[in-house]
Amino acid sequence: MKREIGSGPPVTALENIHLSFGGLRALQDVSVAVQPRERLAIIGPNGAGKSSLFNIISGIYTASSGVVRHKGQERPPRMKPYQVARLGIARTFQNIALFPGMSALDNIMTGRNSLMRRGILSEALQLGWARRQEIEHRRRAEEIIDFLEIPSVRRTPVGELPYGMQKRVELGRALAAEPELLLLDEPMAGMNLEEKEDMCRFILDVNEIHGTTLILVEHDMGVVMDISDRVAVFDYGRKIADAAPDDVRRDQTVIDAYLGTAHEH
Amino acid sequence: MVDTYAGCGIAIWADSVPAPTEPKHAATGPGHNFAGQRESCSCRAFAAAGLPPLHDAETMAGKPAANTFPRLLRANAEHLGDRPAYREKEFGIWQTWTWSEVAEEVRHLALGLRSLGLDRGDRFAIIGDNRPHLYWSFTAGQAIGAIPVPCYQDSVAEEIAYVCEHAGVRIAVVEDQEQVDKLIEVRDRLPELQAIVYTDPRGLERYDEVEGLVDLAAVAEAGKGLHGRDPEDYEREVARGRPTDIAAILYTSGTTGRPKGVLLTHTNLIEPARRAVKFDSLTYGDEVLAYLPMAWVGDFVFSIAQCHIAGFCVNCPESPETVLTDLREIGPTYYFAPPRIFENMLTSLMVRMENAALLKRRLFSYFLGVARRVGCDILDGNRVNPLQRLQYAVGNLLIYAPLRDVLGLGRIRVAYTAGEAIGPDVFRFFRSLGINLKQLYGQTEASVYVTIQADAEARADTVGATFPGVEVRIQDQEVQFRGDGVFQGYYRDDDATAKSMTEDGFVRTGDAGYFDEAGHLRIVDRAKDVGALTDGTLFAPKFIENKLKFHPWIREAVAFGHQRDMACCMINIDLEAVGDWAERRGIAYSGYTDLARQKEVYELVRGAIREVNADLGQDPALRGSQIRRFLVLHKELDADDGELTRTRKVRRTVIGQNYGELVEALYTGRDSCRVAAEVTFEDGRRGTIEADVQIWDVDEAAPVAAAA
Repeated sequence: MKREIGSGPPVTALENIHLSFGGLRALQDVSVAVQPRERLAIIGPNGAGKSSLFNIISGIYTASSGVVRHKGQERPPRMKPYQVARLGIARTFQNIALFPGMSALDNIMTGRNSLMRRGILSEALQLGWARRQEIEHRRRAEEIIDFLEIPSVRRTPVGELPYGMQKRVELGRALAAEPELLLLDEPMAGMNLEEKEDMCRFILDVNEIHGTTLILVEHDMGVVMDISDRVAVFDYGRKIADAAPDDVRRDQTVIDAYLGTAHEH
Repeated sequence: MVDTYAGCGIAIWADSVPAPTEPKHAATGPGHNFAGQRESCSCRAFAAAGLPPLHDAETMAGKPAANTFPRLLRANAEHLGDRPAYREKEFGIWQTWTWSEVAEEVRHLALGLRSLGLDRGDRFAIIGDNRPHLYWSFTAGQAIGAIPVPCYQDSVAEEIAYVCEHAGVRIAVVEDQEQVDKLIEVRDRLPELQAIVYTDPRGLERYDEVEGLVDLAAVAEAGKGLHGRDPEDYEREVARGRPTDIAAILYTSGTTGRPKGVLLTHTNLIEPARRAVKFDSLTYGDEVLAYLPMAWVGDFVFSIAQCHIAGFCVNCPESPETVLTDLREIGPTYYFAPPRIFENMLTSLMVRMENAALLKRRLFSYFLGVARRVGCDILDGNRVNPLQRLQYAVGNLLIYAPLRDVLGLGRIRVAYTAGEAIGPDVFRFFRSLGINLKQLYGQTEASVYVTIQADAEARADTVGATFPGVEVRIQDQEVQFRGDGVFQGYYRDDDATAKSMTEDGFVRTGDAGYFDEAGHLRIVDRAKDVGALTDGTLFAPKFIENKLKFHPWIREAVAFGHQRDMACCMINIDLEAVGDWAERRGIAYSGYTDLARQKEVYELVRGAIREVNADLGQDPALRGSQIRRFLVLHKELDADDGELTRTRKVRRTVIGQNYGELVEALYTGRDSCRVAAEVTFEDGRRGTIEADVQIWDVDEAAPVAAAA
């Protein structure tokens, strides 16, 4: 199967973004864009600004200055997260943010929230239209459960699931929103090798079968180099490199940022 | 309470699935009607409604005989057109196919497979978990005269290659990417394999360069086209089939050596299955859950032969991991499970009860006592005094019925176990709860049935009376049988065929056994395994191993002693039960190997062995073969390492070779031994586990009443 990276306007583009908290400059003059169906990895040491970048895209933070574009159109400066979700952008979190008391299925169903259109009354009374809608949403949730191979934990409260499984459910919830752009914040963190392999396969399948554009923040360099088309490297709130994995691997600035500079005596 | 889609919050998901049109006295769908089903099984309702049993001489009068599987299918499509035949849980919903839908699917599939080059007499492999489409490919292949060869779905590529090569399969119908990968891996050894047909396209998008890889849906579509052009084509093919044609080659897992292909005709499989349907009055109102390997003769007989004869519905689980949930949702009325499954149910039940609240624990143990005293008698219809009957009725309300429901055994009318000896405690536990669990004894070579227990004759230590239409005799301790279920021979192995038969046409089972005074067969051991210690004491290793395994802490046991001066054994602990025990005592461990070498665990196992010794001490013939020394193995015995068969029977000789050092250490008086064992991981990689294994002594039980 051949996957073609789109050439039109980027799904999301950040232009000259600055973000500061008081005196702390979290992001300085950052520009980065992702093309349709592309897999973009963002790497960098802790505190480099990776999660801040995600928070700006998903509307949790508002940039101090700069422009965020969605498919070429400039986004209003103070978009709320739910408005961003309706643009077709979904995310997972570095620390799992599921409802631990709810079943895997119900957690995934919450991901469909942004696609649900109905009133409280018709829903409460289970009127025909609301029923049909609920059935359709449930069907999509079940397809995701099948896709992620988690039918055996459908009814299990996610708080009782092992960590790797929770990560999978969280991916499921993000997928439930049927996003065009999926932001994955350290999807492999804390996983063993087998869980990582499974997760990689799911991520690649989402991208290749559904054509979902991906931005992932990840520390596991093996994973990053294997699955991404392009790698953007951050350090101290600045983007210091943005290229294909092989080029990034050889880039001296990147090596310095990651491994420290060799000092001559 | 037991809504199939329960917990959805809103029940509409369940309602959204149109129930198949069924007679209104029938179950509308699985799981919706647990309550009330228990008293009056649907089958009795059918009998009351005066509906004729299927395929009887009368109903079949004037019609072509339903003596092959494709003809049985045609008859069912005629008689039971709108009744459910197969169900599969997909996307969280039970999808149903009626008999007429199945007949159509099979017709298309048959013509489609033929267009792929599958000819009369050709063999084709079927590999995967229990899926309706795979079941249909059996009948579809048979319809065009091809011979299905099911393989165990959890076999590694090497094992599948052996079977496919030996059978010379032309086409493989497989479930998914996992099986496709295995076949691709060994394809250069299978020159005759022309096409791989898959049912689940997931993950195969990237395989477009693989030659001969076809989606089953496309095969059926092609068949549909062919049927449109010549509607009589399929019927002509079915008409050419003879009841004496080979209906399947079933490879036995084999406790020794390579698997052998057992040739069974339509008659071999249909006739005994028909009598078994009659024996337990199975009808098209029954439900089964198909979760055991499709390559195993039992699954063929229950999920294909009896399903086609009685017309009942076969339910395929969503995935192997969800079987217990699916079992509960379906609530089968007819159920088969090897002893291991009942043992696991009981073990996990007991573990859960130990963690339950005090009141629940008290209630449970009180009523379990009641059930132990009178439960079996009540089930057998024996006389029980009214007070105890009342106690049992209260227990049924509070404990037994909810328990049966939780286990998914709430609607069971007939349940069987076979393949291994079942622990008497386990057997009695299930019967005392009111579950009609029985035993049968069979072989692939007999199309399953050799002996069977009738409803009121179920006992833990026998395997029942001779099955109708079968002749059984004991010759030199060995059980031998003949009848119309007897196989035609081993495929491409005349030597083995000749060795397995006596001159007068009896099949040697290789099992040592005898009939008791009530005419029930008792199996002692494999005839060749029965040995003797150097002092001449009878040594029946499997008998001892079974006694050990009936203990909840012990998962596997391997006993040694033939031509030795004493009996010793190797133990695999039950990780779930012992792990839970250890956790509650604050014993830290990192995994099986670590847990297995803890002193406390050794003490636990020694306690269990002492009990077994006490038991053996009761029997004058076996008193001398009490266990004197033991060790707990550092790794779990595994079929992937060849230590167990695919049906999880211990391969004693392989283990004796792999762990030769340990065996010697048992007999040389050493108290520990360092070993390295090779393991095969699930993905086929190999590695080694190294460990120091301790060896402990056990004292013999005091001779019972010898002095008195």
